Amino acid sequence: MTPAIQVHNVHKRFSDVHALRGVDLAVEQGEFFALLGPNGAGKTTLISLLAGLSRATSGRLAVMGHDVVGDYREARRVLGVVPQELVYDAFFTVREMLRFQSGYFGLRRNDPWIDELLENLALTDKADTYVRNLSGGMKRRVLVAQALVHRPAVVVLDEPTAGVDVELRQSLWGFIQRLNREGHTIVLTTHYLEEAETLCSRIAMLKQGEIVALDTTANLLAGHATSQVALRLDPPRLPDALQAQLVGQEGEVFRLALRNCGELEPVLAVLRENGVAVTDLEVVKPDLEDVFLELVK
Amino acid sequence: MTGLYTLFLKEVLRFWKVSLQTILSPLVTTLLYLLIFSHVLESHVQVYPGVSYTAFLIPGLVMMAMLQNAFANSSSSLIQSKMSGNIVFILLPPLAYWEFYVAYVAASVVRGVVVGAGVGLAGLWFAQLPVAHPLWTLAFAVAGCAMLGAAGIVSALWAEDYDQMAAVQNFVVVPLTFLSGVFYSIHSLPPFWQAVSRYNPFFYLIDGFRYGFFGVSDVPPGEGLLIVVVCFLALSLATLRLLKSGYKLRK
Repeated sequence: MTPAIQVHNVHKRFSDVHALRGVDLAVEQGEFFALLGPNGAGKTTLISLLAGLSRATSGRLAVMGHDVVGDYREARRVLGVVPQELVYDAFFTVREMLRFQSGYFGLRRNDPWIDELLENLALTDKADTYVRNLSGGMKRRVLVAQALVHRPAVVVLDEPTAGVDVELRQSLWGFIQRLNREGHTIVLTTHYLEEAETLCSRIAMLKQGEIVALDTTANLLAGHATSQVALRLDPPRLPDALQAQLVGQEGEVFRLALRNCGELEPVLAVLRENGVAVTDLEVVKPDLEDVFLELVK
Repeated sequence: MTGLYTLFLKEVLRFWKVSLQTILSPLVTTLLYLLIFSHVLESHVQVYPGVSYTAFLIPGLVMMAMLQNAFANSSSSLIQSKMSGNIVFILLPPLAYWEFYVAYVAASVVRGVVVGAGVGLAGLWFAQLPVAHPLWTLAFAVAGCAMLGAAGIVSALWAEDYDQMAAVQNFVVVPLTFLSGVFYSIHSLPPFWQAVSRYNPFFYLIDGFRYGFFGVSDVPPGEGLLIVVVCFLALSLATLRLLKSGYKLRK
């Protein structure tokens, strides 16, 4: 099957910045994919190249098999992009904006789908409001609606939940997950790593224009981070045999690294043998933030 | 063609929604010129035999209003979109560069013609105006607005902020329109300035447009239209090349 997104050896140089350094990436159709990385890693540059907002210095990009330069019309027809910047046209209402956007994609009578988008994004009562008069979160949702107005096969969301409150964020993700179940490929960048961990089946991490990790979320969590156990000890003394596992101490609480939960019992056994009692215990599972910090440090 | 038509419609609605500023305001300004100049010069100047100065002035002012507003339409829309970032709404869809060009230029022609028609109709209150050759009038009106619409696109592509955009408007477009024979016939100028005027394409627009009304002109209208069309095609070619290359739009 043709990949939804294919990026082959892509370089992008701005005058004195090498923003992307030979990026290779394939996102399969139907995936929920995350593109993560610190600020300046090249995420938005990569999205701009896919969307045709910017041109690669070298390399090739394709959306659903359509080259973004040679076959730009088809590539753009199958791609919906939610830009990171909160942009809007001050002259028009929400519905006017969505009708225009439909027309740009060649769709004349699109109101039933526009109404469905407005409802799913909790914007129905704002349909005839000028976009300039909406709150930041609402403007963000209008951008999402604009990106989806032509039912693109591939949806790229660049920080879609920045400034959107918790309740609406949940409903937005519910809607995006529905689109994913219906077969749309979703690619997102986000600063909320728990969102990527919960939603995405595969993750690419970018650092200084290079992909430093590309794997399933489960493999990244298993391979790049360890669990920890926090133990409150009485007396507050860690036996020598456990010193190698110590990663931190706050008063009577010692934090030890565990490769897996099976290592917990031997730790407790050593404490018993040394006459140290455990008065409190907490196992901390690794999360994507730990992986992220380890990979980008 | 739905994409092109939608972009054209959006550009027309954009100025229509703020018509106080985009239609009424230039109309009032132009009528003030007419009121003052015709009042002061009516009894002192007669450019063409049998044509009052006020009647002579009206076509010039109509064309000046059309040119300035056609330029303002494409340039202000594009520079605003660039500065606010909402240009992405046009760059993301599968619109071809030539559709972008046609939509912006066509909307500029609509705005120019609407303002020009308003000035012309209001001018009838000041003087009787014959229309000797309506097709020449229409040809010069459309060619002029289209030329300035294309010039507006080029200027807004080049400009990186509102200040640079205003500089083109104030230091290029306004002087070229004022020095093109709106208020006078170039035959009333010294030989040197008559020669200089012939390098100003706006002169041929106003002269030819005026011919459509009075059947009299400084330059034969066919020659004038040819020069205008050549200028328009050259400017269009430059605009299309810039749009195709993504100049200052696609980094």
